[in-house]
Amino acid sequence: MEDRTTLNRQLAQMLKGGVIMDVTTPEQARIAEAAGACAVMALERIPADIRAAGGVSRMSDPKMIRGIQEAVTIPVMAKCRIGHFAEAQILEAIEIDYIDESEVLSPADDIYHIDKRKFKVPFVCGAKDLGEALRRINEGATMIRTKGEPGTGDIIQAVRHMRLMQSEIRRLVSLNDDELYEAAKQLRVPFELVQYVHENGKLPVVNFAAGGVATPADAALMMQLGAEGVFVGSGIFKSGNPEKRAQAIVKAVTNYNNPAVLASLSEDLGEAMVGINESEIQLLMAERGK
Amino acid sequence: MKIAILALQGAFAEHEHMLHRLGIETILIREHWEDASGLIIPGGESTSMMRIMKDEGLFEPLRQAILDELPVFGTCAGLIMLDRNHLGVMDIKARRNAYGRQLGSFNTEEEFAGIGRIPMTFIRAPYIEEAGPEVEILARVDSKAVAARQKNMLVTAFHPELTDDTRIHELFLKMATTVSKEQP
Repeated sequence: MEDRTTLNRQLAQMLKGGVIMDVTTPEQARIAEAAGACAVMALERIPADIRAAGGVSRMSDPKMIRGIQEAVTIPVMAKCRIGHFAEAQILEAIEIDYIDESEVLSPADDIYHIDKRKFKVPFVCGAKDLGEALRRINEGATMIRTKGEPGTGDIIQAVRHMRLMQSEIRRLVSLNDDELYEAAKQLRVPFELVQYVHENGKLPVVNFAAGGVATPADAALMMQLGAEGVFVGSGIFKSGNPEKRAQAIVKAVTNYNNPAVLASLSEDLGEAMVGINESEIQLLMAERGK
Repeated sequence: MKIAILALQGAFAEHEHMLHRLGIETILIREHWEDASGLIIPGGESTSMMRIMKDEGLFEPLRQAILDELPVFGTCAGLIMLDRNHLGVMDIKARRNAYGRQLGSFNTEEEFAGIGRIPMTFIRAPYIEEAGPEVEILARVDSKAVAARQKNMLVTAFHPELTDDTRIHELFLKMATTVSKEQP
């Protein structure tokens, strides 16, 4: 494998067991870093506000992203639209640490994703199931996250996506060698990727949970379901006490298997983000880019 | 022999696999310190690990154990955490993100004192910009110090746990064995 791809997968390995937080200002970025975030996602509007505002949602202003890069020492990520390789080139030019080719923004291409192998900078992509995850990895993504349903504060979709991915992985592990070719065909991915999952029982890249995490218990749930870390978007800065909630979610990811610790972390967090139920939303962002 | 691995955040599982390959028993440290023959502080984000460590009351017990000569091995963020400005146990000053952002991450191969040429993976890595007289520099890349030892403490700015080369872990296990033998 190419050196750069390996190094980019390895950066994701360093983020494991951590929380990546959406931030819109240098001030929020500093709060996130002090709370123990392992990286921040710089964006002009958090998903809940994108959802509320409607209209076309695009890559953030590079100047705003630079401001956040200067404010913190942890890795800084930013989003580009699905298929918008020119936005990705711009993010690479400002030396972003990770690009999220994200369904949260309005897709720029309804057929093709970005050819991420053409870039030196790493990419994380969302997936609802194993096929999507492996297709993104084949295109060069070096980290995967569940799509969940961004900006809702409702965990159901992230749970659905993680459970589906994990059960499809378990199924691949159980297949006979000669059944893997047909599995590759059904998943629409190269045989080598299917073979890797069959032999290792996991994706060849780190897999985080995203889209709907609002509480320490949500984070612990996703970790117990097999996530290797958590993205929190609207959940923190749309809540009553962002600082305290951020710290609590960080510690919940470390102690995800310890209910006594989780109980004390969950106390007195103030108001959680209001949240919208899955059945109440008009726009399913998870349906963008397959 | 049992080696403890700090498992607050980061690539602790990679160290675990490395030690299991060498037939060594491991224990993951999250909430409280449990006695072991040595401690590994893995790569990850040092700000994140420091924050959790302080909140969980692990800072003082770990610092004391290392001052009492517990063998410790820090990689990348682990190197930063052992320096003067963090746990304050090792007489070095780390320069964080010394090679810039992710586009500055790289692989190389260099001489490591007493071992020979080894593969080195640097991910948003630090280097050692100052070292006191008791610190022995074990490796340099472009004249910058990237590995060092001071008594019971071993640090690398790179990630031996991400390669197939077990020699640095073996060096640390040798340190851990020597110290445990000296104890009554």
